[in-house]
Amino acid sequence: MQTESVKQKCEHFLRDLNTQLHEFYIQFRAIHIDPLERKWIAVSLLVVGLLVSIIVIDAFFHGINPPGKVETVDSDSLHLNKEFAEDNLGVQVDGKGAIIIRMVAGRYSFFPKHIDVPSETPLTFRWVSMDVLHGVHIPMTNMSTMIVPGYVAEITTTFPKPGEYPMLCNEYCGLGHNHMWSNISVIAKEDWTAPVKSLAKGGSNNE
Amino acid sequence: MNDAATRKLALSHLWVAFIAFILACFMGVYQVLERSGFISALDSPSVYFASVSTHGVLMAFVLTIFFIMGFGYTIAASSLKQPVWNMPLAWGGFWLALTGVIMAAIPLLAGKASVLYTFYPPIVAPAAFYIGATLLVVGSWVWCVIMLVMFSQWKQANPGQAVPLAMFATAMNVLLWLWTSAGVALEVLFQLIPLSLGWIDTVDAGLSRTLFAWTLHPIVYFWLIPAYTAFYVFVPKQAGSFVFSDEMARLAFIVLAVFSLPIGFHHLYMDPEQAKGWKLLHGIGTFMVALPTLVTGFAVIASLEIAGRLRGGKGLFGWIGSLPWTNSMVLAVILSLLMLIFGGFGGIVNASYAMNAMIHNTAWVPGHFHLIFAGTTVIMYFAIAYYLWPILVKKPLFSSSMALVQLWTWFIGMSILTTPWHILGLLGQPRRVSSVVYNNLLTLSWQPYELMMIVGGLVLLGSACLFIYNLAKTQLNPSSEAIDQHIEYAEPIHAAESVPEWLNDLKLWNKVIAVLMFISFGYPILQFFIMDTYGSSPWGF
Repeated sequence: MQTESVKQKCEHFLRDLNTQLHEFYIQFRAIHIDPLERKWIAVSLLVVGLLVSIIVIDAFFHGINPPGKVETVDSDSLHLNKEFAEDNLGVQVDGKGAIIIRMVAGRYSFFPKHIDVPSETPLTFRWVSMDVLHGVHIPMTNMSTMIVPGYVAEITTTFPKPGEYPMLCNEYCGLGHNHMWSNISVIAKEDWTAPVKSLAKGGSNNE
Repeated sequence: MNDAATRKLALSHLWVAFIAFILACFMGVYQVLERSGFISALDSPSVYFASVSTHGVLMAFVLTIFFIMGFGYTIAASSLKQPVWNMPLAWGGFWLALTGVIMAAIPLLAGKASVLYTFYPPIVAPAAFYIGATLLVVGSWVWCVIMLVMFSQWKQANPGQAVPLAMFATAMNVLLWLWTSAGVALEVLFQLIPLSLGWIDTVDAGLSRTLFAWTLHPIVYFWLIPAYTAFYVFVPKQAGSFVFSDEMARLAFIVLAVFSLPIGFHHLYMDPEQAKGWKLLHGIGTFMVALPTLVTGFAVIASLEIAGRLRGGKGLFGWIGSLPWTNSMVLAVILSLLMLIFGGFGGIVNASYAMNAMIHNTAWVPGHFHLIFAGTTVIMYFAIAYYLWPILVKKPLFSSSMALVQLWTWFIGMSILTTPWHILGLLGQPRRVSSVVYNNLLTLSWQPYELMMIVGGLVLLGSACLFIYNLAKTQLNPSSEAIDQHIEYAEPIHAAESVPEWLNDLKLWNKVIAVLMFISFGYPILQFFIMDTYGSSPWGF
């Protein structure tokens, strides 16, 4: 009995909604819109539609997305965390040959202070904060992410051109914010060699 | 507007807004000077960040909220032709908001609340700062109640009639603001105040950022709607023309209010605590909200073209020259639209889901929002003030030519300030740095742009001083005789005698917003309560 009345209510609601939408549509069509304005709206819709489709196609077919891996971490106890323990930071090559770079942001520096990475190679950065909100940007590249305490910011990117790049904190993190920066050397792919310790996956165990 | 009590109420709100504005302009000039590093005596991160925090709060919260309240009372009383409902309550809202401003200003100016107007937990400020900000918002809610009561009282007294367009726009802005302010209110009440008082030990910065993003986008439309209202109801009349379409104007305000709310994640594109699918959804919504702006641009330009042709302008562009360029409202709308075009292009870059990575948190971003808020929006606040002042103080404007010089210099100053700011962003300069200490060749290329920004800042300060001087001289002028002017609203080409209920009421749109907000923020907020999160301890700055 109960389920039947719920079902009836649902049907009733849907029927109402349908009539209302129909009425809305009729009233909407009756609005006076100047023919010129109608054309302008069509052009606007086309432009907006074009921009949205470029973004959506890039996202779904070319994998062009901002960082967004929702992964949590306890920022207050990074020193007890295996992955982000001090000797495990920096550039490593995992078993499959992928380059993973683990970095810690804390007032007022990025650790380690300097890293060497190869050009034209996909690099996966894993950033964590040990205190407050930070952001990191390597100007002239796509390496940009917020570093929110409590979360791991993971971003994969490729640097096309070798050179010395600054790595800047781009989110207000305290009075010393502008002193928070370090350097990254992008080395031509053929000249780069993986750091020795990268074979010892997981680094030293400080349990 | 013969009602002295209403005029006093509106003037009090507008003066608080403009005093906040001029103080913040002085801070702005100090900031461009300090961050350039050209005068080493000025270098001080603690003064700089106290100044940036105060400048942001004064411009984004005090100027806007008080201006919008004063403007709303004026619109409601004049367009509905009825006195402000419950005057004591209106004054209560005013004093509550002002108390909040003073409470927040004390720690700000003392350099104890340099957390910027975006708050940024887990950095914490003294509780007085957050409580002050809350009182300011609660004061604005009082205004919201009064606007809604006046809106529905008028509808009851005039059944079947279309609410005047100006009041409909104001009511839509009220609906927008109530929804908008809920996000930051949740953050401040449940996270920041308890954290600063020590009632809770940790805060989830991811949740805070999500709640703040709820507010951060629609708030700019809350600031913008008075400017758009002037575009539709004041500009055509001042130019000698008509509202192009009353119904499309209503529809534009509805789409602005409905679509500006569920899209805040474009502020979080680079954040790790939200997944990319939600960001894409909000990104698509961000492009939708460009539509009402495109429609508004068309309608205003169409009204201006009709005006130009009625004044004898010929040819494809001849009508532009024959517009009344010496009318401050008409001049302001032309300059405002120019800044909107450039600011809009920049906005498309910011809104673009992945391209945003290039300019996220660089100097490009303050360049963009100064152009679109301090430019497009605030120049219309000036024009509205020049138009309302003689009506509110019953004296002629002290100097119309000074007003024109002021509008031009504001436009020129804003162009000189924001162009290098955008370029600095593309050259990788982060926003919110008090000095450039990076030991890198790249930073050398930043210096000439810093110099240009100082010039822009000085031009803007001069312009702002002219504005305040003109308003004060108008009001304090002892000799001039009382004049009795009224607000004149533009008529539409086709009078809308009756419009469908959904173009005349908020209820349906309130429901639509509720559904859209549930879809776009429901799970993204819920996720913080179902996954294992780690709070962060509070930090000083």
